[in-house]
Amino acid sequence: MINLETPKKIRPLVEQAHQVAMNMLRPISRKYDEAEHSYPKELDMLAAMIDGISESGATGGAGAAGVRKSPDDPSEGAQRGNRNGANLASVLSIMEMCWGDVGLLLSMPRQGLGNSAIASVADDEQLERFAGTWAAMAITEPETGSDSANIRTTAVKDGDEYVINGEKIYVTSGERADSVVVWATLDRELGRAAIKSFVVEKGTPGMKLERLEHKLGIRASDTAAITFTDCRVPAANLLGTPEVDVKQGFAGAMATFDNTRPLVAAMAVGCARASLDLTRDLLADAGVEIDYDRPALGQSAAAATFLQLEADWEAAYLLTLQSAWMADNREPNSMQASMAKAKAGRVGSDVTLRCVELAGTVGYSETELLEKWGRDSKILDIFEGTQQIQQLIVARRVLGLSSAELK
Amino acid sequence: MASNTDRGTPQWLPWTLLRAGGRHGLADSETRDPIGLAIAALNKLASSDLIDRLGMRKASEQTVYRVTSAGFRTAGTVGRTFARAGKATRGARVPSTSDSGLFDLTPTEDEQMLSDVVSEFAAEVVRPAAAEADTACAAPEGLLEASLEIGLPLLGVPEDLGGIATERSAVAAVLVHEALAHGDMGLAVAALAPGAVATALSLWGTEEQQTTYLPAFTGDEVPAAALALAEPTPLFDPLSPSTTATRSGTGITLTGVKSGVVRGADAEIFVVGALLDGQPQLFVVESKAPGLTIESDPSMGLRAASMSRLVLEDVAVEPISVLGDADSYRECVRSSRLAWCALAVGTAQAVLDYVTPYVKERQAFGEPIAHRQSVAFMVANIAIELQGMRLLTYKAASRLAQGRSAEREVALARRLCAERGMQIGLDGVQLLGGHGYVKEHPVERWYRDLRAIGLMEGAVLV
Repeated sequence: MINLETPKKIRPLVEQAHQVAMNMLRPISRKYDEAEHSYPKELDMLAAMIDGISESGATGGAGAAGVRKSPDDPSEGAQRGNRNGANLASVLSIMEMCWGDVGLLLSMPRQGLGNSAIASVADDEQLERFAGTWAAMAITEPETGSDSANIRTTAVKDGDEYVINGEKIYVTSGERADSVVVWATLDRELGRAAIKSFVVEKGTPGMKLERLEHKLGIRASDTAAITFTDCRVPAANLLGTPEVDVKQGFAGAMATFDNTRPLVAAMAVGCARASLDLTRDLLADAGVEIDYDRPALGQSAAAATFLQLEADWEAAYLLTLQSAWMADNREPNSMQASMAKAKAGRVGSDVTLRCVELAGTVGYSETELLEKWGRDSKILDIFEGTQQIQQLIVARRVLGLSSAELK
Repeated sequence: MASNTDRGTPQWLPWTLLRAGGRHGLADSETRDPIGLAIAALNKLASSDLIDRLGMRKASEQTVYRVTSAGFRTAGTVGRTFARAGKATRGARVPSTSDSGLFDLTPTEDEQMLSDVVSEFAAEVVRPAAAEADTACAAPEGLLEASLEIGLPLLGVPEDLGGIATERSAVAAVLVHEALAHGDMGLAVAALAPGAVATALSLWGTEEQQTTYLPAFTGDEVPAAALALAEPTPLFDPLSPSTTATRSGTGITLTGVKSGVVRGADAEIFVVGALLDGQPQLFVVESKAPGLTIESDPSMGLRAASMSRLVLEDVAVEPISVLGDADSYRECVRSSRLAWCALAVGTAQAVLDYVTPYVKERQAFGEPIAHRQSVAFMVANIAIELQGMRLLTYKAASRLAQGRSAEREVALARRLCAERGMQIGLDGVQLLGGHGYVKEHPVERWYRDLRAIGLMEGAVLV
């Protein structure tokens, strides 16, 4: 039965996340925007609290690990109905946390994108061994952005170890995390099928933090450049299978993205809603009330603009829920995840920047957070696949074209 | 008269000659210089009948369009007599749907079945008839009869009154609107119009109104009927209609002009929006009422729906004609806007389904144009925005069905469908290039139809 309301059983979690965002993240939001690269120590207590809530089962499996597709157990197989599970819980709680602060959410201990990668592709033994680690994700290289099949970092088998060499940039929480999930190729000749991910623990000899970036936004989140020089990791730290399956190609590694794109879309949706909520208030103070029944064009330009922004926001929000809901129901959602990320990414920028404009110098000033959200949102249309990469994925699916046909 | 395109003629002659504004789509500030005057005179000569009588022009230059557009005006159809029955007590109502508490995008089995049947009808009957109906400004009789056979007008009518609704059927109706508009929006509107009136009577009618009018919709000879909310005014706001309802003795008198009236010349019943005691209100008006006239009003698109204006000059109606109250009027405006959203989704899907194989087959520079990102990304964006439109429409529909407030959700769906729906119409034509601009392909019709979204009020209802 068609119903697009927030699921009843997830509502308490959403409310809880909203309270955390309001009472823990917002008060320190500006502080860590100004103090780039200083560690938000308040998050340790929050992370401990979240771990506690997760263990109690009250989160419905939400969080970085929530993207894992556990093999169907018979009881689940028998239950063929509609499922609202960890994926929906995750995107809904991330929206709330990012309504609070995107940079701080990204800095949340043990909730890194590397944790999602481990959850997506690790085998059971690895999952157990890496439980409790805080894992960052290292894919991008100075010469390789969106074309991640082209990475140059190498991993060469030597006995029971792999030897990693290369340079990684834009590693979120690269300094703070306990470990980094590094993408490297076993053999550049074999193309994308030879790309594997490795868990490299902090302090491993040969791994060196080169610098932290100074950024436009999400300054609370540190972004590292890391080099690997003859960096030796145990062979067992290769996530998934070491086989180079040319037929399966890139699919294994890319599966991570199918799982993380709805999460990033949720970040954009949350950030944009912060802007909308505040702007609605500021406009009301200025005497502009939004009337949903009167035609938009018969209202003030500000009200009409707001209605358009809110309509686009709602589309991004629902596309994100759809992609998570499909994942909960084990439906292939690669295209829908990219639709959600594409729409949410551009809506995030459009909404936050327009809200700055609507609020005038109040919006532009650091006395409010609108200008910060206008900066924070931009990264969400870039990382985990740019707007253009999402459109490429959607276009190939809709048109039924291969990557050789539609480059 | 109200539909005259001349917006006020200046009284004194020299100014009249110089002034061009106020008609022919010119702003009031336009004036003629001497060359402009000469050109205007030449144009008058060129369009006069004189040169035709002198055999100076081939008859084929006469445009066939005049047949329908040049001031066709008629009294309302005589129609049947609706014998008054029942009491002026609250009518039958269907309950709201239950709330499962779960996020779900899967329709119920019944809804899916209904949607499948209508989709088949849309593909096999509606789409093939669309181009001709667009030209003729009329829906084929056979198609309308067939639409009755699949039960379109019964969708919102309670089971107890001969319909098929056991609960508020906004979701099913949205799916049906979407499926039909995938065939053709104009024909969909023509076929769905009687159902809009039947649904309005079911949702807000008294027992007397339901007993008097609904049997006609559940019987063999379903009357043409139209929900008339729009008016020919820029920035029209249905919550403040200019059409007035004045109490006079025991009855009520209606005066004003409604636009976007589906198949006005054939309609036997109108549900009309008018201002009564300062509040917008619905009224049931029978077509044979004295003072009621229909003017054809062919528009940019939706031509198969034979759009008309309904002119009401002191039309006296009985007290039974008051349908619902100011709250139900608001609900009607919202439910109607949502129906238009569903039509937009169906037509936008038709655009996507049409351009997808086209860009894969069409060659330029030695390969299919789909292999170029600027083309492929346009298609991707159609797919993305279309799915957004659909999800907003479904969300608003499910809230309506569950009896929740849907004010916000309907407004957002309407805004999105107006904005993104039109963009999809534009891109559909653009992707076909010159081929998109000619009537050999349906994308130019979808372009015209999609412009109706966001401005139409009334006509359809979920």
